[in-house]
Amino acid sequence: MIKLAVISGKGGTGKTMVTAALADIGGVPQVLADCDVEAANLSLLLKPRRISTEEFRGLEVGRIDLDICTDCGICESHCRFGAIVRRDDDWVVDTLHCEGCGVCDYVCPMGAIEMVPHVCGEIFTSETDRGYLAHARLFPGSGNSGLLVVEVKKRAVALSKGADLILADGPPGIGCPLIATVSGMDAVLAVTEPGVSALHDLERLVTVCRRFGLRIFVVINRFDLAEDICARIESYCEAEGIRVAGKIPFDPAVVESVRAGQPVTRTDSAATDALRALRDTLFAELGIP
Amino acid sequence: MKIAIASGKGGTGKSTVAANLAWALARSRDVVLVDCDVEEPNLHLFFPAVATDVPVTAPVPEIDSSKCNLCGECGKFCRFGALAVVKDCVLTFPHLCHSCGGCTLVCPQGAIREVPRTIGRVACSRPLPRLVLITGILNEGEVLAPPVIKAAKTLAEGHPFILYDASPGIACPVIETLEGSDYCILVTESTPFGLHDLRLAAGVAETLGIPAGVVINRSDGKDEETVAFSREHDLPILMTIPFSREIAAVTSRGGLIGRDLPGWEERFMDLASAIPGVNP
Repeated sequence: MIKLAVISGKGGTGKTMVTAALADIGGVPQVLADCDVEAANLSLLLKPRRISTEEFRGLEVGRIDLDICTDCGICESHCRFGAIVRRDDDWVVDTLHCEGCGVCDYVCPMGAIEMVPHVCGEIFTSETDRGYLAHARLFPGSGNSGLLVVEVKKRAVALSKGADLILADGPPGIGCPLIATVSGMDAVLAVTEPGVSALHDLERLVTVCRRFGLRIFVVINRFDLAEDICARIESYCEAEGIRVAGKIPFDPAVVESVRAGQPVTRTDSAATDALRALRDTLFAELGIP
Repeated sequence: MKIAIASGKGGTGKSTVAANLAWALARSRDVVLVDCDVEEPNLHLFFPAVATDVPVTAPVPEIDSSKCNLCGECGKFCRFGALAVVKDCVLTFPHLCHSCGGCTLVCPQGAIREVPRTIGRVACSRPLPRLVLITGILNEGEVLAPPVIKAAKTLAEGHPFILYDASPGIACPVIETLEGSDYCILVTESTPFGLHDLRLAAGVAETLGIPAGVVINRSDGKDEETVAFSREHDLPILMTIPFSREIAAVTSRGGLIGRDLPGWEERFMDLASAIPGVNP
């Protein structure tokens, strides 16, 4: 089984559109995972039917028992995250800033602080017409997005008996959620677009992916919007020894399909043709039947 | 005045709005623009200039093996998995360390001290006479963006007019960026993805108690649902930028539509005026 993550560095280049399209036309037993837990959009295109919902508990957070607290303020002076704050003349833990380190619990001379579970999202498994989907919802303002990604991946693996492919829709960026997404994958498909920002971000992304020993493929979305910069991306990839596995033209069918809530590959369009060619190249390279 | 530019969804045009707003305002006042998208900072591409770098470090544990008796307290305490006590030594995984300082507190032997470790840098430049650009840059392979964002914001602190360009998403880096802002511009696009993620980003601003307004980017005129959502949540529509190949061509090459296309400087000044408390 191959594990492939669709990522991009820069946001909004078309990761979810490409993931949904590959899922739609893959034609192999597969499990899908939406690892962009902060802005999970894959389900908007795949019409999932929910199988299970679980609470997601991130790291524990501190809680101060005000009946025991003597107001000494030692916890506040040791917290490096500014998470112990004054509210109505009491010290309380601001869960938005609490990183769950446990230092407040350790330093409190009264034993007034304990670390308690903190629900900061939900984990789902669903069924779609194209296989199981593991996905999640992080509550706005919560930390722990990397941990939630790890949980989503675990659910996908648990559902993958008999599958040839786990296909993950990744988050933008190169930090914690991205690294949580790509670790343990076999290959990544980086979706980029012809712009100086996207190219700059692709270069940083490739540097990170190299450290994880991942096979890297690139697809250039909306390649015809700036053909000169597209050529720069292609020469960068050539110099880096990265296969450009596809080029997708700017096509109004893409936005129309998002509005219709379906993968663009359900339409007869130039984008669909390009995505089919991408699928064939990618699957051949990765040895997916 | 501190204004944050955010969006749940990536690629909606945060940096485009931030760069053009900063450029238009810097024609007549001093502005500091802070790139808080430290994983993928891009504003310097719009404002090329020579920059001075300041390293960003985070304190991480260093074990003095002559004092350590392998009791294991540090490894038991660390909730981030940054320390592990094995047969004959303590292994440290500094990239997992959140710099809470807990291990130094719990070590009964006083065998742990904290040493600075470079996780990124802040680059400072003055691309225009009245514009200072401060860019937070997370080193490739590092996990923790918030300390780099904090360092970039700290460098700007005290300036009367600051713009923060946030990363996409709704988790810790965005919280770190929005914290302390007087106003938040939420940039969206009129697709179901844009609306879904606008809802989340508006939730973050609301959680932090920061008043917000909406900029609709790449509009193809089908904005009814976004407008209805904004009205329902008392979010004024501050500006609508249509989809056009001309705008895309300028932006994709690192150009500024406020400078390079007629009429847009005024429109970005109108955006500034639409923000409560800004007198352009």
